[in-house]
Amino acid sequence: MKVKLESRLLGANELIAHNNRNMFSSRGILVINLMSSPGSGKTTILECTIQELVKQIKIGVIEGDLYTDQDARRIEQQGVEVVQINTEGTCHLDAQMICHAYQKLDASKPQLLFIENVGNLVCPAEFDLGEDLRVVVISTAEGNDKVTKYPLVFRRADVVLVNKTDLLPYTDFDVEKVKNDIGLINPSASIFLVSGRTGEGMEAWICWLLQQSKNKLLSMNGTSYLQMAEGRK
Amino acid sequence: MHELSLMQNVLQTVELSAEQHHICRINKVKLVIGQLTMALPDSLLFAFEALKPGTIFANASLVVEEQKARCQCRRCRQEFELDEFYGLVCPQCGNIDIQVQGGDEMYVDFYEGE
Ligand SMILES: Nc1nc2c(ncn2[C@@H]2O[C@H](COP(=O)(O)OP(=O)(O)OP(=O)(O)O)[C@@H](O)[C@H]2O)c(=O)[nH]1
Ligand SMILES: [Mg+2]
Ligand SMILES: [Zn+2]
Repeated sequence: MKVKLESRLLGANELIAHNNRNMFSSRGILVINLMSSPGSGKTTILECTIQELVKQIKIGVIEGDLYTDQDARRIEQQGVEVVQINTEGTCHLDAQMICHAYQKLDASKPQLLFIENVGNLVCPAEFDLGEDLRVVVISTAEGNDKVTKYPLVFRRADVVLVNKTDLLPYTDFDVEKVKNDIGLINPSASIFLVSGRTGEGMEAWICWLLQQSKNKLLSMNGTSYLQMAEGRK
Repeated sequence: MHELSLMQNVLQTVELSAEQHHICRINKVKLVIGQLTMALPDSLLFAFEALKPGTIFANASLVVEEQKARCQCRRCRQEFELDEFYGLVCPQCGNIDIQVQGGDEMYVDFYEGE
């Protein structure tokens, strides 16, 4: 007997991601999914970003890591709420993990939620978490070919942060080439050049992010936006 | 990589459906995997072989069909397939504003059993 199924492999994840997205939207939370290879600087960029924004906006962080809580501890020092997810060997976060983890953050009413995905350019690209923005970090130390070698993650990115620009003089990284490669597969992606070490370029990225968060709040109805703005004072 | 968890998903889905159809032995499972996804057919086959012993899939074979992305240039309307995915450029006019259809699908097409 032959049974036609046509069932999507990630159907279950997409359903949960859809529910997450609705839940975040109803609360006006802007959700950022940070992805990169191991060591490109996701945690460092988070630290810089939080440091600037923590006084203006309520921030929550979900830290994905294979086994440790080292990144979560670093983020905690910034004085924001963090939930750690240990994936125990799984190479990506999925929507169900986010749904669970967020329950622990809900009481603190974040307006901006950062999710640091597991360091990996391949698998996380496939799993929708219910985020608003997919931010991919690529560092000048990892070579010029990442965009063409891992096209899916870049094709679906809303923002690409080119990190470790302070190291440019010591590498053969070609910023124009990488911008061009991104333009070919994803012309609408916003690109920012930053350094987590010197802080250079962070301001533009952070301003942009803040604007996105305001837009998200405004996209809810006007009264609840005002209530929230009042509530934060 | 994540092929193992994808394959666990596939087996669960098929098993559930097989139960409803009173099928207790699977002979064949067919997947369709888009060219733009990051799932590797070889790794899927490997995961299938690793997971199937002792289950209703013990004697089943897995067929993976790769689905190409279909592209159309928004300027000159030229339609083309991507041979290798390195950039979306119209082969006729060089435009980079390309509409992509498909290539990111991943689904269980059908299974056979008794
Ligand atoms: N020179 C330089 N080093 C940086 C920069 N940003 C981060 N680093 C360093 O790069 C290393 C890795 O940074 P992390 O922020 O931990 O990277 P990550 O992407 O969070 O790493 P995983 O969570 O393990 O995937 C650390 O030693 C950082 O100090 C930068 O802009 N310039
Ligand atoms: Mg980190
Ligand atoms: Zn054309």
